[in-house]
Amino acid sequence: MALLEIQNVTRRFGEFTAVDGVSIDIEAGEFFTLLGPSGCGKTTLLRMIAGFDLPDGGRIVLNGLDLAERPPEERPVRTVFQSYALFPHMTVEGNIAFPLQMAKTPAAAIPGKVQEALEDVRLTGFGKRYPHELSGGQKQRVAIGRALVTHPTVLLLDEPLAALDAKLREEMQIELINLQKEVGITFVYVTHDQTEALALSHRIAVMNKGRVEQIDEPSRLYSFPASRFVADFIGTCNLLEGPVASSSDGIVAIEVAGLGTVRVAAAPPAAPGAGTIALRPEKIRVQAAASASSAAGDRPDNRFLGTVTEYLYLGDVTVYIVTTPAGRKLETLLANSGAGRTKFFEIGDAVEVSWPVDAGHFIGQSDRSASSN
Amino acid sequence: MQARARLGRWLVSGPPVLYLLVFFAAPALIMVLASFRTPGDFGGLAPLVEDGRLDLNLDSYARFFTESVYAQIFVKSVWYALLTTLFCLLLAYPLAALIARSAKKHRDLLLLLVILPFWSNFLIRIYAWMIILGPNAALAKTVNGMLGWFGHEPVPLLFSSFAVLVCLVYVHLPFMVLPLYANLEKHDRALLDAAQDLGAGAWQRFWRITFPLSLPGVYAGAALVFIPALGIFAIPDILGGPEDSLIGNVIKQQFLETRDWPFGSVLSIVLTVAALVLAGTAAWIGRGSLGTPSSAEAARA
Repeated sequence: MALLEIQNVTRRFGEFTAVDGVSIDIEAGEFFTLLGPSGCGKTTLLRMIAGFDLPDGGRIVLNGLDLAERPPEERPVRTVFQSYALFPHMTVEGNIAFPLQMAKTPAAAIPGKVQEALEDVRLTGFGKRYPHELSGGQKQRVAIGRALVTHPTVLLLDEPLAALDAKLREEMQIELINLQKEVGITFVYVTHDQTEALALSHRIAVMNKGRVEQIDEPSRLYSFPASRFVADFIGTCNLLEGPVASSSDGIVAIEVAGLGTVRVAAAPPAAPGAGTIALRPEKIRVQAAASASSAAGDRPDNRFLGTVTEYLYLGDVTVYIVTTPAGRKLETLLANSGAGRTKFFEIGDAVEVSWPVDAGHFIGQSDRSASSN
Repeated sequence: MQARARLGRWLVSGPPVLYLLVFFAAPALIMVLASFRTPGDFGGLAPLVEDGRLDLNLDSYARFFTESVYAQIFVKSVWYALLTTLFCLLLAYPLAALIARSAKKHRDLLLLLVILPFWSNFLIRIYAWMIILGPNAALAKTVNGMLGWFGHEPVPLLFSSFAVLVCLVYVHLPFMVLPLYANLEKHDRALLDAAQDLGAGAWQRFWRITFPLSLPGVYAGAALVFIPALGIFAIPDILGGPEDSLIGNVIKQQFLETRDWPFGSVLSIVLTVAALVLAGTAAWIGRGSLGTPSSAEAARA
């Protein structure tokens, strides 16, 4: 039995269904992320776990106990709010002591626990300060320390890093991972930032329009997206779409407009019709057209000619947009790892793009209809 | 460039400064001066220079500090003002909280209702209470009917301390509601969510979060109620009994009936100083108990 079971939970606001029959099992000690664009229902789901909102249908079960009848203050669940929601009239110590006081902790035990929490979030010595005397990152730590000091069963984090700048966010990500390992408390993390989700989580539930599109480990979500939405939302993806031309020996071929026949390693689709191949930019090999044809040694199954029409130099990598003669654009990515190299191609260069059959991921028709539902 | 900026500053700040000098500082100075002078034979003030020497003395101050009846009235006035402030706070807080939490489209209407009494004349509103509390009004009849069941003598509601206090609270209530509303309206809902999430029940959320954060509003409202309530004379005049004379009544009496201007000035000065000291003390305590963050900070965080 999972620690936190979200069973077929639905929440409607008038005509709008914010959360639509969502079922998720979250295990003890897991760093679980609800990922999706704004309005996908992830925050509503989080508020229902915290108790600020109640499901119209379905159940939320924690440790085998239905939470429906419990107000937020009686749930062994704590939330780190996006705005931190630190009490401005209390010092850092006062803020962290607050949940202990509410839990009727003996007064003598409070200072020790507060100090411990301050150490956990690396704020020793900041206890006497007021929230307005702290930086954004420090406020964040106080909010986390305050939520963790009573050792809740589950910690909910609502876009906690959204207000921090990029550099600080990366630091806090590493700290969050370490902290979660240290305290061993189940984290349920809400974000719309897919890189953050990939970096932090043990498992991710990708949500769209109130439904769960896919629940999986970060690497599997990235490599084997179950729907067009997931493929597109997580990282960058070339979505090659078209009718299925043939299917044999574990190879499915699709007729892609402006490109031609694209082959991908996949089980035969359950239903005939259209399919999509999700192809990550970094899986595509780009070579100068002249040198490519002579490289007969390894002949990838998918080879197309095109012209470099745009590029984006990003420092560590360069994104090249390759356009086929028929006008199909493919996004490719090359690491600038060679010594002294600035860029591989110029705009207008004729190139050959190629990838093996196992580079792409086939998404069948049935997945598509599920995601657009 | 700098000269022009300075000129601009003077043009902007000049008129209000001049206004305050002429209509506030000058009268206050005249009053202070009058408090050291001798009352005239037929009221007003005796000539300042008599027989070639300046006629300034401390007689009126001596009178205030030796005749204990004035100190007693003074203490009673402070007591009434404190009671008024307390009752206003108790009544205004829930009202202000209700308005602050009601839907935005209803707030303006509710606030309008709060300030609606200002649209009719102050004295007329006091006289209205004469009718409400009068012996033949429904209120008095109901109260005395109920007292009758318990075998109690009927009590007059009008011309009593009760009438004075009720009207004092009524008149000053909006001055407590408005600053409280202005404060409560800015409170961040997320703080209450956080408190609840951290295990605080409804009472603790109020007592540990909402109330401390509303203290600047409480102090502002208390000052706006206490200071005018301390000097009021119309309400005890119209609704009070003979025992309900407050310091405002005595001051009015000194100027208009007894025509002892110097003594009236002394009483006014004592009243002003007392109000300043009390308000200053309250502000000082308020700042100490709230920690460093201002209400603006509290609202933003």
